[in-house]
Amino acid sequence: MSGAPTVRNIVVSVLLAALALLPVYVGLGGNLFLLTLFTRIVILGLAAVSLNLILGYGGMMSFGHAAYLGIGGYAVGILAHEGIYSGFVQWPVALFVSAAFALVIGALSLRTRGVYFIMITLAFAQMAYYIIAGLARYGGDDGLTIYKRSQFFAPVDLTNKMQFYYLCLALLLGSIYLVHRLVNSRFGLVVQGARSNDLRMRAIGFPTYRYRLVCFVIAGTLCGLAGALIANNTDFVSPSMMYWTRSGDLIIMVVLGGMGSVIGPLIGAVALLVLEEFLSGITEYWQIILGPLLLLVVLFARGGIDGLLSKIRAKVGP
Amino acid sequence: MTLFIEQCLNGLQFGLLLFLLAAGLTLVFGIMDLVNLAHGSLYMIGAYFAATFAAWTGSFVLGALLGLVATLVVGMAVEVIAMRRLYGRDHLDHVLGTFGLILFFDELVRLIWGPEGLSLPLPSWLNTSVQILPGVQYSAYRLSIIIVSLAVAGFLYVLVMRTRIGMLIRAGASNREMVGALGVNIKLLYTLVFGLGAALAGLAGLMQAPILTVQIGMGENILIVAFVITVIGGIGSIRGAFIAALLVGFVDTLGRAFFPDLLRLVLSPNAASTAAPALSSMLIYLVMAIVLVVRPEGLFPAVRK
Repeated sequence: MSGAPTVRNIVVSVLLAALALLPVYVGLGGNLFLLTLFTRIVILGLAAVSLNLILGYGGMMSFGHAAYLGIGGYAVGILAHEGIYSGFVQWPVALFVSAAFALVIGALSLRTRGVYFIMITLAFAQMAYYIIAGLARYGGDDGLTIYKRSQFFAPVDLTNKMQFYYLCLALLLGSIYLVHRLVNSRFGLVVQGARSNDLRMRAIGFPTYRYRLVCFVIAGTLCGLAGALIANNTDFVSPSMMYWTRSGDLIIMVVLGGMGSVIGPLIGAVALLVLEEFLSGITEYWQIILGPLLLLVVLFARGGIDGLLSKIRAKVGP
Repeated sequence: MTLFIEQCLNGLQFGLLLFLLAAGLTLVFGIMDLVNLAHGSLYMIGAYFAATFAAWTGSFVLGALLGLVATLVVGMAVEVIAMRRLYGRDHLDHVLGTFGLILFFDELVRLIWGPEGLSLPLPSWLNTSVQILPGVQYSAYRLSIIIVSLAVAGFLYVLVMRTRIGMLIRAGASNREMVGALGVNIKLLYTLVFGLGAALAGLAGLMQAPILTVQIGMGENILIVAFVITVIGGIGSIRGAFIAALLVGFVDTLGRAFFPDLLRLVLSPNAASTAAPALSSMLIYLVMAIVLVVRPEGLFPAVRK
């Protein structure tokens, strides 16, 4: 994230500026739908950023990351259902439960490697899915409507779409900064070292299991925050938000945007969701285009969009 | 007791069906080192083809055979067009690329057959029950699934362990470069193996079709179960897949049948009846988690390199 005026940095700056100024455009008489769409994009961007911390930097291919979206969302939904609306209770509970879930499944899953890790995280996420789908008191399969959004102190009002958007954006940027600081810290370097060569890291004397576990928990907690935001955005939570295909969507965002940078997943989230919106405007059968497109990205655009942009710099730059 | 025998047979039938699905998955993983999420799509396509051909020809058996051949062809085409390019890539690339294929196939099926599901009616000679033990009746169709699946499992065993092509498959699994260097057409071998896996998935799909409806997304739930099986059994091991498939089939079927009653012993009837469906859906994942925690490589890890 250096300040040199490369193609990539220009694109990133334009993207961030556009995200920051979007409500102004909408306020000037633009399409209100755009604000709703981009609130969702920003929240899922936050989820993707958190996944990238373990996927891109930690080399931990979690296929169950959407579970935290559901857990964070249901923490808010269940507390609201029980009459506790204070965000000062709801959100810490959402974060804490997500962290606890990540700690348990991380401690068990990190004993395995490779495909086994993909599958065991998937299995735990499916278990969480079935537990939540079985909560008859909280709607079961049908989901749970939230009648009041989380309440904070006086001027903060989450029902105000613009305020909520800026809150989400602030949390997203905060998370990107956090991940940026983390991966460049000693802690982050150990985690990345364990991705490259775990045996060597352990031989040097780092208890990599513990480092990776902490990293896994941080990512899960951040994604739980995104879940709490989603619950407030849609006023509704349902088990389908943590189905395994949702985890697939998050992986798509990370890989599409580029795993090599902290900002990549945000680019991926914007690209995927805007593309979905665009394609579904063209044809009802838009997934028939999106599917092969993903395959092409995998085959020909390694490093994702961010990687492509960086390559342009390499060609144009001095 | 009758119920128990019947549920055991249902578990056996479900387990064998899952084995067909998991065998293809584990073969493709063991030999090409490819994580194929689109395997469930082939299962779905097999069911759609069979339902369509059965309606055209008016014969269940003929429809099933044509559906099987068509799925085999689709599988080989998918291998040549897409999968071939994914070999040797990162598993994450496999997950993403084949996830794209799922989206593609789901939508393609919706485009061709429409959003409503199809049904594959059973012929009258299968739609009866037979007496398997004195006083115990069992569905003739489910019984025929058990027989067909066992025959296919036997065929797979002979194919892999007793034929030249099976020898090449096993050799490819343990060292693909060496097999290629010895002059074997490894590309063709991979296409055949993938086609075989696709046909097995299609067979599972079309056999399951008369029991459930044929619908979009039918492959997605069962795909995860098939993955659970390959992981429990040890990825790449057909023997492991067989044992794990039976284990999962029994755990799932018996869990759904008897777990609610067990829960009622410890919980209030009301709480038990609401919690039971979710908890019994979870059972197989619980089994997998336990297996992986105890044996991170699965029950029968395939010997690698």
